[in-house]
Amino acid sequence: MTSDLIQKYMVRFYIAMFFLYLFGPLILMGVTAFNTPTFPTAIPIDELTMKWFSVLANDKDMIKGIKNSLWIGLGVVCLAVPIGLAAALLMSQVHKKAQSIYYMIVVSPLLTPGVILGISTLVFWDRLGVWVDADYNSVFYSGIFLSVIGQSTFISAYCMLIFLSRLQRFDRTQEEAALDLGATNVQVFWKILIPFLRPAIGSAAFLAFLTSFENYNTTLFTIQAESTLTTVLAGKVRLGTNPSLSALAVVIVGITLVGAVMHEIYRRREMRREALAAEAAKRAADIADKGMAPV
Amino acid sequence: MSDFLSVFLAVVLALLVAPMLQKNTDTVWANLRQITFVKKNGVLVSTYLLGAVFIWVGLMIVAPQLYMVDFSFRDGAIGGNPDAYTLKNYSYLIFGRDSDENLFNLLHLQIFLKTILASVGVTLLAFLLCYPIAYYLAQSTKGGTTRLFLIALILPFWVNEILRAFAFRILFGSSGVINVTLMGMGILDEPIDFIKADVAMYAGLSYAYILLMVFPIYNAIESLDHNQIEAARDLGSPWWRIHYRVVIPYAKPGIASGCTMVFMLSAGALAVPQILGGPSSLWFTQIIYDWFFTGGDWSRGSAYAFVLLFSCIIFVLAVMKFFKVNLGELAK
Repeated sequence: MTSDLIQKYMVRFYIAMFFLYLFGPLILMGVTAFNTPTFPTAIPIDELTMKWFSVLANDKDMIKGIKNSLWIGLGVVCLAVPIGLAAALLMSQVHKKAQSIYYMIVVSPLLTPGVILGISTLVFWDRLGVWVDADYNSVFYSGIFLSVIGQSTFISAYCMLIFLSRLQRFDRTQEEAALDLGATNVQVFWKILIPFLRPAIGSAAFLAFLTSFENYNTTLFTIQAESTLTTVLAGKVRLGTNPSLSALAVVIVGITLVGAVMHEIYRRREMRREALAAEAAKRAADIADKGMAPV
Repeated sequence: MSDFLSVFLAVVLALLVAPMLQKNTDTVWANLRQITFVKKNGVLVSTYLLGAVFIWVGLMIVAPQLYMVDFSFRDGAIGGNPDAYTLKNYSYLIFGRDSDENLFNLLHLQIFLKTILASVGVTLLAFLLCYPIAYYLAQSTKGGTTRLFLIALILPFWVNEILRAFAFRILFGSSGVINVTLMGMGILDEPIDFIKADVAMYAGLSYAYILLMVFPIYNAIESLDHNQIEAARDLGSPWWRIHYRVVIPYAKPGIASGCTMVFMLSAGALAVPQILGGPSSLWFTQIIYDWFFTGGDWSRGSAYAFVLLFSCIIFVLAVMKFFKVNLGELAK
């Protein structure tokens, strides 16, 4: 029994170490945001201060980068979610033989390094710009537009996977029933398919926005003269830094903690509702099976 | 406006107007509706489906990639002839300039090999770190605890990749936490330069992509029936053989998927090497970046990018062969 006990403690120890490795660096970074030395220092703590947060709030480059990131994120949501939805809906309708090729093509952006997606988008649109003889202020050379396109290339694939997993649970007979009862195709699409997919649309939009907001590799190539939060940050970190970056991290972690908790609550509620609905359906089926017996 | 654009618009306009001019719009629509796909989805929805997928697959995935490959075979240097095809961008990676002393371009080749081998190393390290956690979460914890652990795993990844690398810089810097602690305890007399030794970079890389290793393996092991493990144990199998003969073969698709993602992301990483890499050691993506933004030779940058893409494809194929899984299982 003692060897079992030792093993149990070793497992516990390993897990504790793993989570220390996961959180330790971030906690230390958080500490530096409240410490006075100009070079981010976690220990020893000189004096607690909030000044790095005001340095952050007055950093014009950073604010501009955040603004651009928000716009790009919005653009990506508007582009990637509809594309992902269309690609997922088409999946089951592609001819059986072509299905594996189609799947291979649409998941390939997920297995391609982000750097390469950025480069191919940049050179392709640059070429298109030359081809149509576009003005230098046009979309072909706009960092924001190219970033939206470049990021959507792989974020669409994420969205598609989310929709595909939701569609697996879709009951096709609902569509057929609606069509039999005289609904048009467009009505079926808007009144049956979209409401069923609504939770998936929400998660896809959420994920698309976050992925876009955090993206660096693709954006670095497509953004050109503009800047986003990540490119500003990378520039600052490389040049040597001050703890206002840690302050930013604290803000981001704070926001995401709230977001994660809210997402979790929403998900629990959704799961409970689905469980209730399933139970009600089962009971209804039972009653139908037995005819009017319970009376 | 250029010739191309006017011709393009004219064609689109002609296609739109022609049916109306022919006054048999109804027959055109009727013919269109005959196609099974359109019949099934309705005209509007079909247009949306095909249009969106065409834009994505055609204009965002296939055309840019093909164009990048085409572009990499052209002479992009200032004063070069951009219309003729040439192999010189690729030969530069292998042989360097003619005027160089060495036959091969040792600097770039070394960096390329280092990037690939180090990425394989990072992948293995991430696997060794994550497998026990994934197994423990999937088989030994119950509902609520598991969800709590999963949230705790995801949480650090909400923080930006760059800020995570920054955190490692605080940890490993010469006046960073590790050095200060070790010196305070009297173990070290002077700080160790972890960043120059690339220790910080490898730690940062395996940290950055741990999530992508844990989750696929967790998902795979979760569906394994615990009775199988019990049965193996009852039949007298030691713990390592249970993993080697029961759990790992079952979790193969998850392991393959995690390894592919981690390798691809490490080989293509840019932020972590930029921030945590030593001043004298470069990552292959950094050379690509330099060709684009300081060397000013996009063609050569594209060629280098294609070499990187090609190695990633080779790695994916090797993983698929080795683990005997298909692409569908890999990208879940």
